[in-house]
Amino acid sequence: MNNVYFWEGNVACAEGALIAGCKFFAGYPITPQSEILDRLAFRMPEVGGIFLQMEDELAAINSVIGASWAGAKAMTATSGPGFSLMQEGIGYAIMTETPCVIVNVQRAGPSTGQATRCAQGDFMQARWGRHGDQMLIVLAPNSPQEMFDLTIDAFNLAEEYRTPVILLSDEFIAHMQERVEVPSKVNLISRRKLKDISEAPFGGSLIPPIASLGDDFNILVTGSTHDEYGYRKTADPIVHDRLVRRLMNKILLNADKIKRVEMQNLDNADIGIVSYGGTSRSVYEASDLANEKGIIIGHVRLKTLWPPPEKEIKALAERVKVIIVPEMSLGQLSLEVERIVEGKAEVILLSKIGGLPITPHEILSKIFEVLR
Amino acid sequence: MSELDKVFVDEKLCKGCGICINICPYHVFTVKDELKGIVTPIGQDKCTQCGICEIYCPDFAIAIVPKKGM
Amino acid sequence: MILKHFARKYLREEVLPSTFCPGCGLGIIINCFLKAVEELGYSNLNDFIFCSGIGCTAWIPSPHFKADSIHTLHGRAVAVAFGVKMVRPEHHVVVFGGDGDIAGIGIGHLIHAAKRNLEIVVIMANNFTYAMTGGQLSPTTPFESLTLTSPYGNIEKPLDVVKVIDAAGASFAARWTTYHIIPLIRTIKTAIKKNGFSFIEVVSQCPTIYGRRAGFKSAYDMLKYFKEHSVPIEKAKNMSDEELKDKFVVGIFVDREKLGFTSLYKQVINKARVKL
Ligand SMILES: Cc1ncc(C[n+]2csc(CCOP(=O)(O)OP(=O)(O)O)c2C)c(N)n1
Ligand code: SF4
Ligand code: SF4
Ligand code: SF4
Repeated sequence: MNNVYFWEGNVACAEGALIAGCKFFAGYPITPQSEILDRLAFRMPEVGGIFLQMEDELAAINSVIGASWAGAKAMTATSGPGFSLMQEGIGYAIMTETPCVIVNVQRAGPSTGQATRCAQGDFMQARWGRHGDQMLIVLAPNSPQEMFDLTIDAFNLAEEYRTPVILLSDEFIAHMQERVEVPSKVNLISRRKLKDISEAPFGGSLIPPIASLGDDFNILVTGSTHDEYGYRKTADPIVHDRLVRRLMNKILLNADKIKRVEMQNLDNADIGIVSYGGTSRSVYEASDLANEKGIIIGHVRLKTLWPPPEKEIKALAERVKVIIVPEMSLGQLSLEVERIVEGKAEVILLSKIGGLPITPHEILSKIFEVLR
Repeated sequence: MSELDKVFVDEKLCKGCGICINICPYHVFTVKDELKGIVTPIGQDKCTQCGICEIYCPDFAIAIVPKKGM
Repeated sequence: MILKHFARKYLREEVLPSTFCPGCGLGIIINCFLKAVEELGYSNLNDFIFCSGIGCTAWIPSPHFKADSIHTLHGRAVAVAFGVKMVRPEHHVVVFGGDGDIAGIGIGHLIHAAKRNLEIVVIMANNFTYAMTGGQLSPTTPFESLTLTSPYGNIEKPLDVVKVIDAAGASFAARWTTYHIIPLIRTIKTAIKKNGFSFIEVVSQCPTIYGRRAGFKSAYDMLKYFKEHSVPIEKAKNMSDEELKDKFVVGIFVDREKLGFTSLYKQVINKARVKL
């Protein structure tokens, strides 16, 4: 029997983490993420897990890394400025292949910007926020139900691919209250553990098995360039090339399995839209309104932002002349869509900043403007 | 090497920093190879097996036979 | 059979000789730590997990120790150690770091771990400089000292990190130098056994960078200087600031019995479960 709750997105995320088996949460207060922190402060001890309020976001992400290497499923959550502070740690987690989940409830920047307002300005930062070549997984929910579901997904993907996974939410979804169904049984994935000391924990296969600190395999974890046994080889061009390419490839070659995407009306679309997160809710409504007027919107809604579902976006571009990309930024997702469609369709940005969501009517008038 | 030796220096590890030469109260060590900077024990008989050179050697190159009964 | 140095049973043979410069104090710190471990009866390092940041000192456990170790970001070792210790409270979690790593970029985490009295051991090698990056000013560089980034002399007074730890309320804090091997070994043993935050500063010679610039002729010269300029804490109490100007006050500064963070956190879990 599934249980049904009426939760806001942040609470659904916290509860999803607990169901996913998260046993370590470290965070630092920041709007609009704080309800995740507050919820886990009382919920985590109930399940015998660890909740820590840290001295800053650097401490939060780094203690999550320590906890994950000690064997726990671990998560942190933040917003805007806190996400910027965590970037160095996320880069370390990528390089060391540390399974962990980072929730970023987007708010309006730059800097402290509009602390309590919604935005989608971290799309590129989530992907490119750190120095060096790298890849990771970014998921984007568009409802409290998905805050719950995708948090569980994020843990599963982190464990399966030995990588940090970012749940890129936004203020709109995080504070929206809706019905959330909690299934009585969920499928959980756990990291593949090293069985023998001769196995390589940092190479040998695309996703190597992991040993925890304390398992007595004398594991060497380092964020510096290392060989498959963890020994620093910072001056070796071949070792570096092999490591960094493998780290990219373990995500890119599995992009199809990582991909979560929703498609509507692609076959007979008059116009295309690619969206994610809070904005996609307005696209649904705009789609209904357009339907009444006889216009069919082909909608590709991304749940996996990185690696992007290229095939689906390309398929949309094959069917329509114009793709509108509504986003609460001055153009980030639109750039990626442009790159993917390679000119097969015209990509038109509908952007809005200032903290108020893009309305269905704004989308509709853009459609009329384009189709005229 | 004789049965009575109490001091061993691993020449592969010694970096010739000279700490042991100065720290040993009985001047057991001397420079063996100026170029490579390797030291060697020349006063085995004077060694009291106090063991301090083993701790002061930053390169894990010295080993002292433990005193009997220790 | 050739007898081997006692520490080698705890070290990865394949990484010897170490990458440290000849005469570097970090090797002496390794010896004192492993002697303490040996004297406590551990035949291997399975009961320990080591965390370090970035810098010469951070290389002490990684890759030298035959043990589980995590070599983290510059300044973040204590934060990572927090996560490790909470998940593996039964292990001894030990952090090694330089004065820059621990008391510069990482001092926020250090103070908070001390305040929480988290049951870890932090060993800070104080070589007065950022050695790995070539010898810049560090939080512990002596007043008026010349470094790459204080070419006209350091105008900042060095930070007394032990005092900071004391003020934060940790269980244990001590300072020795690499000259003081016997008390240092004894102190590390106490720190490992302590059920609270333990901090040990070890003034350590960096003959290559700091030593050369400060005019020392050899590593031994620096050890001799440490010996001659050290004052036991008991004696220092009756000395003026002027008399202590160029001295290292050594000894045990803090030793209090106090509940540690992991035991307090267990109480939180108990409270939460009673409520259920
Ligand atoms: C965020 C960041 N800033 C700067 C550096 C460069 N860096 C590497 S080691 C180091 C200082 C090392 O000094 P210390 O911690 O005192 O250790 P030592 O080398 O003296 O043992 C610095 C600044 C870095 N790796 N990361
Ligand atoms: S202290 Fe060790 S490394 Fe230095 S000279 Fe003596 S044996 Fe060699
Ligand atoms: S054990 Fe003592 S006496 Fe013997 S060589 Fe070493 S320091 Fe000298
Ligand atoms: S630079 Fe200084 S601290 Fe670093 S290994 Fe050399 S002597 Fe030691």
